[in-house]
Amino acid sequence: MQVVARRLIQLVVVLLVVTFFTSILTALLPGDPVTTIAPFSSAQDRATLRQQLHLNENVVERYGQWLANFSTGNMGREYAGNGIRGTDIWGRIKDTLPRSLTLMLYVQILTLLIAVPLGVYTAYRAGSRVDDVANGIAFFLLSIPIYVAATLMLLFLSVQHHLLPSEGWVSITTNPVEHFKHLVMPVLAITLGQIAVYARLLRTDMVATLQEDFILMAKSKGISERRVLWRHALRPSSLTLLTVAGLNVGTLIGGALIVEVIFHLNGLGFAIYDAISRRQYIALQDYIAVIAIVYVLVNFAVDALYHVLDPRIRGARIG
Amino acid sequence: MLESADPKVAPNAIAAAVEAETPSEETYKKRGIGVFAWISIGWIVFIVVIAFLAPVLPLKSPMIGDYAHPNAAAFSPGHLLGSDASGRDVLSRVIWGARASLLLAVGSVLFGVLIGGLLGLIAGFRGRTTDTVLSGGFNILLAFPQLVLALTLVSVLAPLKTESNGAPPAPHEWAHRILVVILAVGIVSIPILARITRASAISWTQREFVMAARAQGASERRVMFREVLPNVLPAMLSIALLGVAIVLVLEGALAVFGVSIQEPNPSWGNMIYSQLSDLSASPAVWIVPSLLIFLTVLALNYLGDVVRSRFDVRESVL
Repeated sequence: MQVVARRLIQLVVVLLVVTFFTSILTALLPGDPVTTIAPFSSAQDRATLRQQLHLNENVVERYGQWLANFSTGNMGREYAGNGIRGTDIWGRIKDTLPRSLTLMLYVQILTLLIAVPLGVYTAYRAGSRVDDVANGIAFFLLSIPIYVAATLMLLFLSVQHHLLPSEGWVSITTNPVEHFKHLVMPVLAITLGQIAVYARLLRTDMVATLQEDFILMAKSKGISERRVLWRHALRPSSLTLLTVAGLNVGTLIGGALIVEVIFHLNGLGFAIYDAISRRQYIALQDYIAVIAIVYVLVNFAVDALYHVLDPRIRGARIG
Repeated sequence: MLESADPKVAPNAIAAAVEAETPSEETYKKRGIGVFAWISIGWIVFIVVIAFLAPVLPLKSPMIGDYAHPNAAAFSPGHLLGSDASGRDVLSRVIWGARASLLLAVGSVLFGVLIGGLLGLIAGFRGRTTDTVLSGGFNILLAFPQLVLALTLVSVLAPLKTESNGAPPAPHEWAHRILVVILAVGIVSIPILARITRASAISWTQREFVMAARAQGASERRVMFREVLPNVLPAMLSIALLGVAIVLVLEGALAVFGVSIQEPNPSWGNMIYSQLSDLSASPAVWIVPSLLIFLTVLALNYLGDVVRSRFDVRESVL
């Protein structure tokens, strides 16, 4: 119980530091931030904007204001020009975040579905021909950047053969078939490289586990190879994989950002792209804070999962 | 490749990584690094030399277009690898782009290795409060998704120009952009490199020869730089090779967001990005740099792996 409380406090501290850091970003903008955000505005508009952004206060006060607004969902609007009502920031986050998370979830599921059997099999047949070939292919896949995979697929599957739609997001509730058709290429583009990472990690740990005494014990009791592999060896071998899968949320968010821009999925990544290209640094700060919070929360959840997966860790903390 | 063949290795990789064992005798006995490693080295040397020689090679201008031949196909006369929509020569752009991309990749890794490596070494060597404070800092930086952090740093450090009047950018703008990206990506890589160096430094600091050096009255600085550092270097080299590969890819990702090297200056990343809206117009423009990134990353990954297995560096530290 005490452990849980300590972890929760740690979580809150990390979240505060991370958001404070994003808050300093506007202070880091070279020159007057207002001229960067609204280059073609009148002196009066600038004064109003400066007021709205609390630029006349110091960084700590500004952070306090931002925190109060952020936590109540009262984030204001993107700057659109004098008197024009820009996009509601919180509304945009509500629309886009689920899309990015869906994309990430599909990627993780597909990657694990392919990588786990592959890792188990190559560990079981370590040193064999199949293992070598799989290792070689893994090297190739690892070296293909996400955006290269994405553009190649776009060229062949969309532009030349019109098999899949090239852009846009369709909600699963409106049309499940179109939903998945629109996501095949984005998900595959990220998954290809991830498979290699996960499978190699699992293989390494699995090879070590397979040499432990309890595996020999299980085999000598006459338990089938398949059962030994899947029931006895996989679970203790999956810890590193789980850690990396958790840490990978960050990489995947990055990957998701790229494919969101390439395939126009209008998720949080696209919102960030949009905010940067239109110099909406205040909105950008909110979007980044949301991503950082998701990232920290997921890592927290992964950490908690360890205790479920490996009984040996209960009690003793690692890392 | 049968790594961690030791039956006593706990399946818990993080704990195992911290107590990373000493390289076995056989690791050093292995001679020769294999054909693929030599091919990889050859490829990297080739790319670096070509990029270095760009100003003296008989190339067309990478920025001024040949308006008579836009979207030329590969192997057409005058344009060996074709030309883009403004008739700019792909071969020339890809070679000049290599300068930008490689400079960025090597520069930011160098920056990250120097600062991250030093901080990690100090944290691992000093331990106690120093370690707690420094590791806390690394963890905070690691709480950001890397691409997002890099993206933010670049866009904040060098906001995109409000207007461009079509005039070619001054050379100092190119250099400024490169410096900004190096700084941003370097900062992102600091905590990652520091954590790896720290783990390695901890295990070496506990060894007998370090104790012996201390017993002989060697200063802390001497022990750190002369006894511990040389042993930590192989791990850093392996990670640095992977790092260069990662940054090469990252540059393309930054270009997708429009914050890498700015047009009309070429980089491998922005060449790919420039064609995203019309992939089939002149495929060579994005396929050639894509292929170059792929091959260079493949070579670097492979070499990183060779170094790692030779020195038995634990990849699980990542």
